[in-house]
Amino acid sequence: MADTGFSILFKGINFLRLLQGLWVTLQISLVSVGLSFVFGTLFGFLMTVKNRAVQGFCWLYLNFIRIMPQLVLLFLVFFGVTRQWHVNLSSWSSAVIVFTLWGTAEMGDLVRGALTSIPVHQYESAAALGMDRKLTFRYVILPQTIRRLVAPSINLITRMIKTTSLVEIIGMVEVLKTGQQIIDANRMQYPTGALWVYGAVFILYFLLCWPISVLAGKLEQRWKQV
Amino acid sequence: MSQEVQLSVKDLLKSYDGTAEVLNGITLDVHKGEVVVVLGPSGCGKSTLLRCMNGLESYQSGSVTLDGEPVTKDGKNMTAIRQKIGMVFQSYELFPHLTIEENITLAPIRVQKRNKAEAQKEAQELLERVGLLEKKDVYPRQLSGGQKQRVAIVRALAMHPEVMLFDEVTAALDPEMVREVLDVMLNLAEQGMTMVIVTHEMNFARAAADRIIFIDQGKIVEEAPPEVFFTNPSTERAAKFLETFTYESKKKRG
Ligand SMILES: Nc1ncnc2c1ncn2[C@@H]1O[C@H](COP(=O)(O)OP(=O)(O)OP(=O)(O)O)[C@@H](O)[C@H]1O
Ligand SMILES: [Mg+2]
Repeated sequence: MADTGFSILFKGINFLRLLQGLWVTLQISLVSVGLSFVFGTLFGFLMTVKNRAVQGFCWLYLNFIRIMPQLVLLFLVFFGVTRQWHVNLSSWSSAVIVFTLWGTAEMGDLVRGALTSIPVHQYESAAALGMDRKLTFRYVILPQTIRRLVAPSINLITRMIKTTSLVEIIGMVEVLKTGQQIIDANRMQYPTGALWVYGAVFILYFLLCWPISVLAGKLEQRWKQV
Repeated sequence: MSQEVQLSVKDLLKSYDGTAEVLNGITLDVHKGEVVVVLGPSGCGKSTLLRCMNGLESYQSGSVTLDGEPVTKDGKNMTAIRQKIGMVFQSYELFPHLTIEENITLAPIRVQKRNKAEAQKEAQELLERVGLLEKKDVYPRQLSGGQKQRVAIVRALAMHPEVMLFDEVTAALDPEMVREVLDVMLNLAEQGMTMVIVTHEMNFARAAADRIIFIDQGKIVEEAPPEVFFTNPSTERAAKFLETFTYESKKKRG
C-alpha cells in the first residue's frame, strides 16, 4: 500500500502542509482582491474624468501594468524597491502590492467600461424626471453598473487567485510550491506521487474558485433582466 | 384651453458647433391646456427644440420659461422645474433594472418624497388607465415597444407635470403598436393636459392638435390650426412637406 501514489497525500503532515500553502494563496488573493476592488473602483471613476492630464496618467498606468508580466513586477517590487530605497519589504507585502497594482488597473478598466456602457438616455430620462445627479447615480446608474460588473470581475478574481502561484519566485511557499516540495521530498518513495499531489492542488484551486463562480451565476440569474 | 401662457419660448438661438444655427430664432407660446404639434422635415430642429424646453440642452440666446421661471440647462432649481415638465423620448428609455411599477414610483418617492404606498397606488391607477396593470411586476425587457412607451408616458405623468413633451414617441414602433400609444396621448389631450408633440403621424396630428407649428431649417415657417394647415397650407414649403405624405395614396388611386 505504501507505494500507491495516493497515500503520499496523507503521509506525515503532507496534507496539512498543502492546506497551509492554500492558506497563503488565499490570504494573498483575498487581501489583493479586496484592495483592488476599492482602488479599482476609484481608478475606474478617475478614468472617466474628462481631463487630458488625468486620462493620460490613467492610460499610462493601465498600459504599464498590462505590458509588464506579473513576474517582472514581482521582481521589480521585491528586489528593485528594496535595493533602491532600502525599504525592507517582506515577500508577503511585495506580493500584495504587486497583485493590488495589477488588480486595480484591471478592475478600474472594468469599472470604466461598465460606467461608460450605460446609454446617455438613461441619464437624460432620469434628468427629465427631475432627478439630480446624486439620485440618478444612486438609483439608476450604479445598480446597472454593478450588474454589468459581476461577470467580468468574477473572471478577474479567479485570474488573480490563479496567478498568485507566481509568488514562489520571491520565496513564498503557497499551495503549488508546497505541492512541488512534497513531490521532491518523496520522489524515491512515491514515483507516481506527482500526479496525486498536482491532482490535489487542482482540487484545492477548484474549491477556492468554484463558490465564487456559483455566487456569480446566482447573481446573474437574479439580475438577468438587464 | 385658456389664455394663460404656460410654456414660453422667445427668440431661441441654438447651435451645437457654434457656426450652424439649428434653432434660428424660435418664438412660441404654449397656453394652458393647449396641444401644439410640431411638424417639419428630418433634421429641422424639432428634437432640439423639445430638449431646450426642459433644459436638457443649453442654448446661445433667447429664453425658455415655464410659468415665468427660466428653463436653462444648468440653472438652479432645474430639478424642481423638470418635475413640472414631463418628457417622453423616441427610444424606449425605461430603467431596465427596475420593474414597471418601480420605474413609475422611483421619482415620486425619491424626488418628491411621496409616501411609497401612495405612489404605488397611483402607479397602479395610471397603469390601469393604459391597460397595463397586470404588467406592474415585470421588467421592461418583457414588454413590447408600444407597452414600453405607454409605461414611459405613465412614468412621466406620475410626477404630475404641468406640460408634457413628446418626441416622436411612435417612430420606433411597429405599425400595429402605434395606435395604442397615440390613443393614450389623445386621451390626455381630452383631459386638458398641455402638450407639445413632435410626430410624423399626420392623421394623429390633425386629430389631436389645437395648433400646428411647422419648422424648417430652425425657423417657424408656418403656424395654423390643423384644418387650415392640412387642407390649405399657406407656404410652399409646408405644402411640399405635406406632399411627401400623400404621395403613396395618390399613386394607388392612379
Ligand atoms: N448632439 C448634437 N450634436 C451636434 N449636432 C446635433 C446634435 N443633435 C442634433 N444635431 C444636429 O442638429 C440638427 C437638428 O437636429 P434635431 O435632432 O433637432 O432634428 P429633428 O428635427 O428632431 O430631426 P428628426 O426628425 O430626424 O428627429 C441636425 O442637423 C442634427 O444633425
Ligand atoms: Mg428628432
